[in-house]
Amino acid sequence: MASDRGAPQARSVNRPPPEAKSLLEIEGLRVTFGQTAAVRGASFSVARGETHCVVGESGCGKSVTALAVMDLLVQGAQRSADRLQFGGEDLLTLPAKRMAALRGDRMAMIFQEPMTSLNPAYTIGSQMAEVFTRHRGGGRAAALERAAGLLGRVGITAPGMRLGQFPHQLSGGLRQRVMIAMALMCDPELLIADEPTTALDVTVQAQILRLLAELQRDLGLAILLITHDLGIVARIADKVSVMYAGEVVESGATAPIFAAPSHPYTRGLLRCVPVPGKVKRDELLGSIPGVVPRIPPGFVGCGFRDRCEHAVAGCAAPVPRQNAGGGHEYLCRLAPGWAA
Amino acid sequence: MLKFALRRLVLALLVALTVMTLSFALTRVSGDLAISIAGASATEQDVALIRHAYGLDRPLAVQFLDWVGRAAVGDFGESYFFKARVSDLILERMPITLTLGLTGLAIALVVSIPLGVLAAVRENSWIDRLVQLFAMIGQAMPSFWLGLILMITLGLNLGWLPISGTGSWQHYVMPGIVLAFSAIPALTRLTRSGMIQALGSDYIRTARAKGLSRLSILGKHALRNAAIPVVSIAAVQLGFMLGGSIVIETVFALHGVGFLAWESISKNDFPVVQAVVLVLALIYIALTMAADLLNGLLDPRLRAQ
Ligand SMILES: Nc1ncnc2c1ncn2[C@@H]1O[C@H](COP(=O)(O)OP(=O)(O)OP(=O)(O)O)[C@@H](O)[C@H]1O
Ligand code: SF4
Ligand SMILES: [Mg+2]
Repeated sequence: MASDRGAPQARSVNRPPPEAKSLLEIEGLRVTFGQTAAVRGASFSVARGETHCVVGESGCGKSVTALAVMDLLVQGAQRSADRLQFGGEDLLTLPAKRMAALRGDRMAMIFQEPMTSLNPAYTIGSQMAEVFTRHRGGGRAAALERAAGLLGRVGITAPGMRLGQFPHQLSGGLRQRVMIAMALMCDPELLIADEPTTALDVTVQAQILRLLAELQRDLGLAILLITHDLGIVARIADKVSVMYAGEVVESGATAPIFAAPSHPYTRGLLRCVPVPGKVKRDELLGSIPGVVPRIPPGFVGCGFRDRCEHAVAGCAAPVPRQNAGGGHEYLCRLAPGWAA
Repeated sequence: MLKFALRRLVLALLVALTVMTLSFALTRVSGDLAISIAGASATEQDVALIRHAYGLDRPLAVQFLDWVGRAAVGDFGESYFFKARVSDLILERMPITLTLGLTGLAIALVVSIPLGVLAAVRENSWIDRLVQLFAMIGQAMPSFWLGLILMITLGLNLGWLPISGTGSWQHYVMPGIVLAFSAIPALTRLTRSGMIQALGSDYIRTARAKGLSRLSILGKHALRNAAIPVVSIAAVQLGFMLGGSIVIETVFALHGVGFLAWESISKNDFPVVQAVVLVLALIYIALTMAADLLNGLLDPRLRAQ
């Protein structure tokens, strides 16, 4: 993918037809940690072969949503949902053993913390090989060969040597690339990538994004990409979900959202990039006064109301989901076309 | 790894030399050896004779070098009391003490590692509380008292195990349990806290994300990291067990090194005391070094430093 192809419209050709069955379907996902409601009824779906970006400020529940899908939440977190399906499997009722059989094989995840996500006691090769032998069987030698190939693909030179090294001998960028390669060991159908390129420099970042796009084309990989970087969203997302305070406040195809952001929060995020398609590389989310509030369970009304310039008394009541057409939805009292 | 091992070895040798100096110095500052050897009724001449016979009239540096030189080849002189070579006395009794210490350590590890892992996996459950309570009671229990209780129940009332002597492996079970109890609380707590830390870490989340089995997550990924501090403390505990087996060996009438130390202290048998202290200290140093090397194997980051 050309590094400066900013126009999201260009991607629309590749978008799967609307009737394509979703690989991952999330409806009404809720996660609470004691007195914090981290995710409050988030809904979106990811189709096969699609890149779906989740954006939002720090602390709005992006990572928790991803971890909830993978069933990797910490002990003590409460997860519930109206629907949580992956490739026809109901993840809500799937026994732990069968969930473990999916993880690492059909769905894989790259974490936000590249420095600490590898086990310090084992070599890169051993950690990469074990996920392959676990799901695909076969010998260690074959797994190591595949690992070396993938390390090469994510742009690591001398992969054979890296396989024998320990995580502490690698820089953060290298570790993240190892994580990416490791996630690809079993050719997953869904790759969840939580800020995968934050720790990497711009060249490597472009390389990784190109790699992901390539894999997506070759393998029909669906990618759920969590990012702060609107430049990345504009370049690679087919669809976007904007999260705020545990809810998906706006979602739809990338082009219409960039062209006509309809939720005041999304508009705030995009304020620094007023012309759609002109998002610069590494553009961080626009700054909106205030911070993401910590929301207790049982909260009603719009979570954005204390920062919203359009807030009225009615915003404390449950807000409707507005349909702007073509799958573009947002959560606000303001009717479609209000900003036009 | 070789460089790491060599560095540890040099360090261990330096510590050993320090211990030897201290051990030598202690017997010299505790008074004129010749007078204590000769006894209260000895005359000036007797003392002078003894001083010469034992080489105590030579300069201190010469005496020290002489002693170090002999000690280095295992010659600790003669016992004043047993009329036997000190090295023979120690060699004869060391197997008993080592068997006891290793039995104690084995029991301690077999009990505390599973308990610690279980408590960590079920953190804050009743199982965890029970394990912690067990560790606390273990800590508070004096070993001679536990020894007596075991003797009365398992030995006298039930008749399952012999209560004293060294005739068979059964003789080591009760004292082994008692010794193990001195290490179990610390090792259990350490395993528990290490496992809790490991289980909460990002690399365990990665292991789970890879769909690995529970056994692999706990045993391979978590325990390997949690074991690092446990190995260090286990080595220290084994050192304590070997050095601190005086009480146990006395209670169970095991004629090991601890018992020998007890006898020679009460009889002012300096060469024996000195040699026992030195040998135990050297074993201790060797254990710490072994633990360091083992940790180097377990934790690749240590090797790199
Ligand atoms: N283990 C946890 N225990 C308690 N609260 C948590 C835990 N993990 C996350 N939270 C809370 O859930 C909310 C959402 O966190 P999350 O990590 O999903 O944010 P994020 O959108 O990924 O932010 P960032 O962009 O900084 O990664 C935050 O308010 C956070 O404090
Ligand atoms: S519902 Fe009200 S407070 Fe919330 S975004 Fe819309 S206008 Fe603002
Ligand atoms: Mg996050």
